[in-house]
Amino acid sequence: MSTTPLSLGLRQGGLEIKQFLRSRESVVFTLAFPVIMIVIFASIFNWELEGGVRFTQYFVTGMIATGLMTVGFQSLAIQIPIERDRGVLKRLRGTPMPKWVYFAGKVVMVAVIGLAETLLLLAVGTLFYGLKLPETAGKWLTFGWVSVLGITACTLCGVAFSSLARSGRGAPAVVTPVALVLQFTSGVFFVFSNLPSWMQQVAAIFPLKWMCQGLRAVFLPDSFAAQEPAGSFELGRVALVLTAWCVIGLLLCLTTFRWTTRRDG
Amino acid sequence: MTNNLAISVRGLRKSYGDNTAVDGLDLAVHRGEVFALLGPNGAGKTTTVEILEGFRQRDGGDVSVLGVDPARADAAWRSRVGIVLQGTGEFDELTVREVVHHFAGFYPEPDDPDDVISRVGLAGKAGSRTHALSGGQKRRLDVALGIIGRPELLFLDEPTTGFDPEARREFWELIRGLAAAGTTIVLTTHYLDEAETLADRVGVIAGGRVVAVDTPAKLGERENALATVAWRTPDGSVERAQSATPTALVAELAARYGGEVPGLTVTRPTLEDIYLTMIGQR
Repeated sequence: MSTTPLSLGLRQGGLEIKQFLRSRESVVFTLAFPVIMIVIFASIFNWELEGGVRFTQYFVTGMIATGLMTVGFQSLAIQIPIERDRGVLKRLRGTPMPKWVYFAGKVVMVAVIGLAETLLLLAVGTLFYGLKLPETAGKWLTFGWVSVLGITACTLCGVAFSSLARSGRGAPAVVTPVALVLQFTSGVFFVFSNLPSWMQQVAAIFPLKWMCQGLRAVFLPDSFAAQEPAGSFELGRVALVLTAWCVIGLLLCLTTFRWTTRRDG
Repeated sequence: MTNNLAISVRGLRKSYGDNTAVDGLDLAVHRGEVFALLGPNGAGKTTTVEILEGFRQRDGGDVSVLGVDPARADAAWRSRVGIVLQGTGEFDELTVREVVHHFAGFYPEPDDPDDVISRVGLAGKAGSRTHALSGGQKRRLDVALGIIGRPELLFLDEPTTGFDPEARREFWELIRGLAAAGTTIVLTTHYLDEAETLADRVGVIAGGRVVAVDTPAKLGERENALATVAWRTPDGSVERAQSATPTALVAELAARYGGEVPGLTVTRPTLEDIYLTMIGQR
């Protein structure tokens, strides 16, 4: 048995991915959900935005961002309390496994599932709904860093949020409304610039809005920047806010993470 | 702290708010012995064991487990200690073999996973998802994960709760095998027959202290306790007499009945009787 840190982390990641893929719920609601949504939305809202840009082109940005949030934030914020409740965390703590390996396993799982989900979404969008992929290396680069920074912020917040639920059973009830409200106010289901300005301002506190905005810079023509509330895609600010959420999430993880349930003391 | 002790505890204290769970507890477990901890719920048993396992911090006292303070448990110490907790979470979607192989990877010198799986009697279930296991089979998997790292010391927290009698007997065989191989075992249980069958020594915890430690045969002066002799009288009723010299009484009865004494029984208090008296006194 090899015990280098890298192999420990990858082994744990492999275990997490295996468990994820064997759980029908997680495959349907995490991996396939964005694809299902794009099928529904692209079929209903089959019109064009100005300049011959299809609505799908706008909608895919929200779906990618939502997908990354679902796998990073929702799945961890629900899964970790369940594992804590069932004593999986305690059992792992009773072995010589270094603590970080548990988190490494989650990160590997989130990264792989997040990538698979995004590729699936792009494939379905391109093949069936006329989605146009970015054409310049610069846009692909933006796509890359917005996604990585966004999913990192979501993952750290998901781990931090996992300490909030009192029990595994209560976790979905705590997490799902937060995710839903963010989706409605951050421009996932509606064009962001059409939302009331107070809603825009509230949404601007949280990462999802900035992930969507960064992705709009990738998938929409540059001319659409004028329709953003700030008159531009504000990529600098996107990077800044997402980084800030990474820092906040990390600090919360380090200070609040619990390996045992409250009644365990 | 002497070297032949696997566990040495002096003056252990732990409170939760106003509630004192462990109140100056002393304990010594020798290397290679099977030690059973008995005690009613709320006596401080679980708190004590979890402090020994390095899961909880204590408020006071000296604790040494395999020569190390478990409050400073590191990976090297963890690899020498096996823990089988009560009702720990399974990895539903994984097979028995996958889980045991994965845990083997956490230890520097693990046992052979397939060998461990057959030793706990799960060879026929190695390819099954763990959610498909019965309660007893899950407990065997728990034990497999507890011993995969070849521990010097194994904690078993109420390992056979919910077992049918046959499963319990098979489980006892497994524990005896581990003990014969030299593993020190600390067992908590509510089953007095389990403690009596498996343990070299028994410790009774009540009110946050160890109130008695002895072999199951000697606990609470059980050896010297009065025996109860019962027999059936000619009118059909059952007569009982307590005696320090039951052999003499039986001889006298034999003479009285001129041979066989109808319905004769001679009993000493069971471990359970002794135990209930002990915790009843607190």
